[in-house]
Amino acid sequence: MIDVQNLSKRYGGFTAVDNISFRVEPGKIVGFLGPNGAGKTTTMRMLTCFLPPSHGVAKIAGFDVLESPLEVKRRVGYLPETPPLYTDMSVEGYLRFVGQLKGIDRKELSSRAENAMRRCALLDVRSKLISKLSKGYKQRVGLAQALLHDPELLILDEPTSGLDPKQILETRDLIRDLSGSHTIILSTHILPEVEQTCEDVIIINKGKLVATDTVANLRGRMRGVQTIVVEIGFAGEPPAVSDVQSTLASIPGAENARLKDRQGAHFVFEVDGSQNDTQLRPALAAAVVQRGWQLHEMKSVSYSLEDVFLQVTQGEASVDAKNTSDAGSGEVQG
Amino acid sequence: MTNILTIAGKELRSYFVSPIAYILLSVFALVFGIFFALSVENLIRMFLASGRMGGMPVDHQEMLMRPLMGTISTIGLFLAPMITMRLFAEEKRNGTIELLLTSPVRDHEIVIGKWLAAFALYSALLLISMFDFAILLVMSSPEWKPIVTSYLGLFLQGGALLSLGTFLSSTTRNQIVAVAVTFFASLGLLIADAISVFNSALWARGIGYLSLMAHFEPFARGLVQSKDVVFFITFTFFWLFLTVRSLESLRWRS
Repeated sequence: MIDVQNLSKRYGGFTAVDNISFRVEPGKIVGFLGPNGAGKTTTMRMLTCFLPPSHGVAKIAGFDVLESPLEVKRRVGYLPETPPLYTDMSVEGYLRFVGQLKGIDRKELSSRAENAMRRCALLDVRSKLISKLSKGYKQRVGLAQALLHDPELLILDEPTSGLDPKQILETRDLIRDLSGSHTIILSTHILPEVEQTCEDVIIINKGKLVATDTVANLRGRMRGVQTIVVEIGFAGEPPAVSDVQSTLASIPGAENARLKDRQGAHFVFEVDGSQNDTQLRPALAAAVVQRGWQLHEMKSVSYSLEDVFLQVTQGEASVDAKNTSDAGSGEVQG
Repeated sequence: MTNILTIAGKELRSYFVSPIAYILLSVFALVFGIFFALSVENLIRMFLASGRMGGMPVDHQEMLMRPLMGTISTIGLFLAPMITMRLFAEEKRNGTIELLLTSPVRDHEIVIGKWLAAFALYSALLLISMFDFAILLVMSSPEWKPIVTSYLGLFLQGGALLSLGTFLSSTTRNQIVAVAVTFFASLGLLIADAISVFNSALWARGIGYLSLMAHFEPFARGLVQSKDVVFFITFTFFWLFLTVRSLESLRWRS
């Protein structure tokens, strides 16, 4: 659906987007993640033909944004960061105008506008002036405008910014609702949003592509390990901590085990295993039961996208910082 | 074509939901009405005077029509910037330009649509002045041909001024800047006229050629000259073309 190759955008001497390449398959919801000023909006503007790329190629449904902009624009619904609203129009009047701009047939105009208003829960404000609407409603009018002509690709720039928590949930539901029939790319700097709405994630920082992967994979590949928390109880006298520890650590697939908490006859251990080893948990359970211990709880701790994000975008910086501080402390000791 | 009409219709509608159209129409009706009444009163006085003096004929056309048409042309010079100031500046400020430029519409369709809406509002102003002349036609029998050519000239001159204003509006996101710059440009076109009147050197005549008023003048006298028609149409196309380029440059720069 989207095919971007070596895309760059420079403003004078400033490089907003630097040589990024990615592909988006039809029907996916892709989160476009990065801190403010990372180049998300610029990239989206290039995909919607608002800005021409300085270098590289961007194709939407096979059409180049520079060579056949009209074909691209027909297939794209775009919600910019600030919804492009004519505040002196009524919601319905506005949507009809946008519909005409998008080339919707006159006969279909009413039903399309009706449909978009229903999807975005705007029917009760249809004849109100847009200037009288609250921010949440305005955002929804912007969304209705983007999906009015039933585009193959929806590009949403920070669709939940400025909304209250309830509206954010509603918007996310709506976006999930739209997936399947539409390809969606949405930008955000809010990590849980990507985790909750998107299947794939594209992370950019300072104009550079940092990672593209599925949300699940990315979370998994974070550190080389997954961590499992086990809580073990003992019927009688608890054995030595080191005994339990060595038992857990010697399970195939486990790399080490450390005591995290101890409450009387309950030990809570963290076991690090190698990545995506689905056999570790059954093996752990079997080992515990085999020793006659009681398995109270076992859960795998996955890293939040927040960790992923920090690691990926600032990974090198924090490693450098750590090295420096290590060297510093070494000197003091010496 | 549909796209042009869609945009023109939307623009025209926003003129009339905001106070701007009503302010312009009523100010024009008032200002031109005052000029009209004073001119007619003046003409009648001269008629009476010439009657007493023993019959020097008073030229209707020269004494009344031509100055009045000149008045409309001058008022138009002042009002056109107010018509065009919001066309692009407002869209740029509100970010709605992003909607227009990402819709399957060509740049020139946007520009022509907006210019057409401005032209329609300007035509509404001219329509008001026609009421005053209608009174004259009912009450007396002025020559109608110069009236028709004058209006042709006014439409052409208006289209030219509005295209300049449209361009200047596309260069800024601030309506005040748009109106001020357009106003000064209009003033410049007035001064261009003055220079050619007071100086006959080649450069002065060159500048004078740019004067909209100098090209309008023959129309008010009942003359339709192809060089004037060509001037106005070229002027209009030139600025509309530059507006399209300006929209494009918006893409490359912003």
